Amino acid sequence: MSIADKVAVRLRVNGEDTAIMVPPYKTLLEVLREDLGLTGTKHGCELGECSMCGVLVDGKPFLSCLAMPLDLEGRDVMTIEGMARGRHPHPLQAAFAELGAAQCGYCTPAMLLTAKALLDREPRPSREAIKAALSGVLCRCTGYLKIFEAVELAVSRGADG
Amino acid sequence: MAEAFSVVGKPLTKPDAFGKVSGQVKFADDLSLPRMLYGRLLRSPYPHARVLHVDTSRARKLPGVLAVLTGDDLPVKFGILPVSQDEEALAREKVRYVGDPIAAVAATDEWIADEALDLIDVQFTELPHFMSIQEALAGQGEPIHGLSNVHKAVALEFGDTDAAIRAAEHVREDIVFFEGNTHLPMEQHAAVAQYAADGKLTLWTSSQTPHYVHRALGKVLDLPMSRIRVIATPNGGGFGGKSDIFAHELVAAKLAIATARPVKITLTREEVFYAHRGRHPVLMKVKTGFTRGGQITAMQFQSFLDGGGYGSYGVASTYYTGALQATTYAIPRYRFEGVRLFTNKPPCGPKRGHGTPQPRFALEIHFDKVAEELGLDPVELRRRNLPSPDSQTVNWLRITSCGLEDCINKVVEGSRFLERRTSMPLGRGLMPHSEVQLKLDRNGGVLVLCGAIDIGQGSDHILAAIVAEVLGVALDDIQLTTADTDLTPIDLGSYSSRVTFMAGNAAKAAAETVRDRLFRVVARSLHCDADELMARDHRIYRSDRPAEGLIFAQAVQLAEAESGVVTGSGSYTPPKLAGPYKGSGVGPSPAYSYSAAVVEVDCDLKTGEVKVPEVWIAHDIGRAINPMLVIGQVEGSVYIIARVQEPDGARSARHAHLPG
Ligand code: FES
Ligand code: FES
Repeated sequence: MSIADKVAVRLRVNGEDTAIMVPPYKTLLEVLREDLGLTGTKHGCELGECSMCGVLVDGKPFLSCLAMPLDLEGRDVMTIEGMARGRHPHPLQAAFAELGAAQCGYCTPAMLLTAKALLDREPRPSREAIKAALSGVLCRCTGYLKIFEAVELAVSRGADG
Repeated sequence: MAEAFSVVGKPLTKPDAFGKVSGQVKFADDLSLPRMLYGRLLRSPYPHARVLHVDTSRARKLPGVLAVLTGDDLPVKFGILPVSQDEEALAREKVRYVGDPIAAVAATDEWIADEALDLIDVQFTELPHFMSIQEALAGQGEPIHGLSNVHKAVALEFGDTDAAIRAAEHVREDIVFFEGNTHLPMEQHAAVAQYAADGKLTLWTSSQTPHYVHRALGKVLDLPMSRIRVIATPNGGGFGGKSDIFAHELVAAKLAIATARPVKITLTREEVFYAHRGRHPVLMKVKTGFTRGGQITAMQFQSFLDGGGYGSYGVASTYYTGALQATTYAIPRYRFEGVRLFTNKPPCGPKRGHGTPQPRFALEIHFDKVAEELGLDPVELRRRNLPSPDSQTVNWLRITSCGLEDCINKVVEGSRFLERRTSMPLGRGLMPHSEVQLKLDRNGGVLVLCGAIDIGQGSDHILAAIVAEVLGVALDDIQLTTADTDLTPIDLGSYSSRVTFMAGNAAKAAAETVRDRLFRVVARSLHCDADELMARDHRIYRSDRPAEGLIFAQAVQLAEAESGVVTGSGSYTPPKLAGPYKGSGVGPSPAYSYSAAVVEVDCDLKTGEVKVPEVWIAHDIGRAINPMLVIGQVEGSVYIIARVQEPDGARSARHAHLPG
């Protein structure tokens, strides 16, 4: 691909503004992983089925495999790399680690971000609400129970902290 | 001692947990090297066809394409089992399932590689295909391999089952079909290969069995093993699906050699289904003789396995469908006949409980029906046929402890089963050989080198916990390097729930070797006997006078000053347990784990739609090194089998494609 075929994209990712030249057909998933080196965002289908590629856009869960970066100019993208506050893990991250809610860890980035979006809008969700929010993020290892428990642990510790 | 252990048995956070929750753990596809190319595979659109001609000339001319390979570039056959070397990285004469790889391309990006695949012209002649056990047996048309579609046939008999069944007070026969299913790890397989200027090939791969991949690369590429390094990356789910040698691994390596540039191949989700090696569909016939009181007098078991297009682990899978019947229930006479058939579908292999869930399914259905006929409650029928601890089964398997009765009691009570219905126990066990090496540094840090890769089950934690416990240090003091064929000693792989037991015992032995050396030095300096010492809380001290001792790091320094770097190795070889017959190597285990479950099932009688509101499950697993990880494994295994606990409203229909 010659440089002439690329387009300039401005993105705000994890609070930082970046400008890059990318082929116009690249998805947000590909740009995050390949051009910005943010490999914490995963993929499982690239068809919008599994949610492994989930990130937050303006605080809401968003499938990066279906999004074109050009459409997201001026919006706020958050990936798993932006979830911790400096050296301090987000309470959800700490709870997932402590309770063994990350087995292979492959679904974990999307699961955590999706849970964060839930807690940001509903700080004390019921088990049912947690289930509903995380239902689209497929996990093949855990059976989900530890994940639900970890979200509840984070809630009990004040996850908005 | 009130607290016998300081690390083992505690629900501690595993060492890789924070790497995982921060997204920092690097899976294979997360790796990227300078000048890296992307590889793609052209796959067969036909289930069974002769490959007449592969024309790659147009693909080669596409700008951005650096190499195109066909079967002639990789002519050496391979397979995971020495007896089944029937696969080619790229098919040469014939394709045997939709998805069988034929050619490969390396290009500067994946789009160009895909475009190049479209430019490869392949001429096929279609052959009649075999899509089921019955079609394969009927054998109309050219067999998939060799002269017949029978890949493996085994027959074993222990005692005169015909006579016993003739004499039995009650006999029942059932035919049961268990549909196959696939692992569906969330991470697609990926491999990155690099061929350095010094002629050394390195392959990073999402594999449960890097040492097997190492061996196959040596064979297929005709390179000395010392020029190849295989590093297994953390697996984003394995479940048995990453424990074979895959075409994309060999092809990535060959493309890297051909282009002298790093090459990455990541399978698409569709390709993961072609890679498969999932649980075999199995057609089973079971015939059992009972006394009127419900005691088994003899069993005859037949299995037909739908193997898919290649051998893979199939010979072992075949034996497994018949190996463990008599470890779960006491069966005094037993006949097993197993046949694995080639079919034109992606090859089957091992998945969580290799080859044993299928017969377990058949037997438990069979027993429920027998219980009804004999007027016994199904739990009671099982209780009357429990194997005894410290016994030998009729097919020469040694049972040590057996917690099956406890498991049954627990789930029966927990679920109030007797007021409800249905029961299903399950047994499993397996295989050999692990080694672990340790190196201690002067600050008291411990480097653990082990060939086993963490596939999400937490094996890194298990190894670290065992070493920390033996040496009396903390988890934080342990540094792990795993599954790197240059650095770590051989390990057969992370499959069949073997790592905790095999690599865990090797880690324990290695740590004890090192501890003994430290104890000798410390004993000399404290003027006591080595066996008066203990290691705990970063100290080595006299157990009767805890104040007298040395800090762990001081002990290491002392030992190092005396005779060099403190290292040690340990290994685990299972005892020779096989019986005196061919095929007896499949099934023996130094320790069987038992399990019982009660499953509540709601079935919509109009639509047949099934829901599983609750599962009670008990496992006899021995000591839990980390109970939290054990519970996680059990919950995950229930879910993967029963598809239960699916969050409400999930897009469940697409989640996993078949029952089991
Ligand atoms: S990668 Fe599966 S939904 Fe995006
Ligand atoms: S932890 Fe492996 S997929 Fe969720």
